[in-house]
Amino acid sequence: MTAKATASTEPRPEASEEQIEIDLKDPLFAAFLAWLIPGMGHWYQGRRHKAVLFFVCILGTFFYGLYLGEGRVVYASMRDNDRRLPYLCQVGVGLPALPALIQAKRKVPFQVPIFKDKDFMAPPKEVLPPGSMRTDDLDRLHKRLHRYWELGTVYTMIAGLLNILAIYDAWGGPAFSTPAKKDEDDKPDDSGGKENET
Amino acid sequence: MIPLGTLSSAALLAVRINDLWYSLPLIVAVSLVYSATRHELPRPIASGAIRMAAWISGFMVVGFAILFAMSSML
Repeated sequence: MTAKATASTEPRPEASEEQIEIDLKDPLFAAFLAWLIPGMGHWYQGRRHKAVLFFVCILGTFFYGLYLGEGRVVYASMRDNDRRLPYLCQVGVGLPALPALIQAKRKVPFQVPIFKDKDFMAPPKEVLPPGSMRTDDLDRLHKRLHRYWELGTVYTMIAGLLNILAIYDAWGGPAFSTPAKKDEDDKPDDSGGKENET
Repeated sequence: MIPLGTLSSAALLAVRINDLWYSLPLIVAVSLVYSATRHELPRPIASGAIRMAAWISGFMVVGFAILFAMSSML
């Protein structure tokens, strides 16, 4: 299969994958759209079935994780005692994870009524250094959400990482694994070509 | 007679077995998205996703069996 930015042939159901040429249009813009909303880059390229698949799978995973964590597992924080590294993966999902950046800047986080917890995507207010005897906001979150804290974090992280695969697909087309047999089949043709030249 | 380690591991497993259901949506999503980045047409995507899901499930079962055997020996 070849994925050319200049080609304009629509995928035909009856054609084998090797014969399809995909119109990637502007690959960089498609990659940006794919990051912004999962599937949007593929929709822009006219690859509708893949757009729907990425949209449903990636956003479904992200929002289910967000639901499990009651909207608190996605937050941005780079404080010394609370570096939220999972957010680096979560932000791969694009626009749905960006409210966390706004909430991190606000002193009084805006509230989203769909979750019980009013501090939607807001970082914990107070995080004490390790070894402190007092209970801080992060401890309370862990205690309240229990295993759903970890589950929600894993779901949202995986959604972000999956979207990176989708972004690559929007930028460069599908990453095909070429069968080894094909190389062997090509060899006689090459020698045949040389014979003709001589 | 069943060793105590095996009994305690089995008891822990029985308590937390329902948590494994949370892996199911992840397996489905990861298989479909990964397969979609390797193929273009719906049929190869679906068959690739089934193979990928089987591979992930098999890997999890093998990993689980190894960890279960190790914890039984403790």
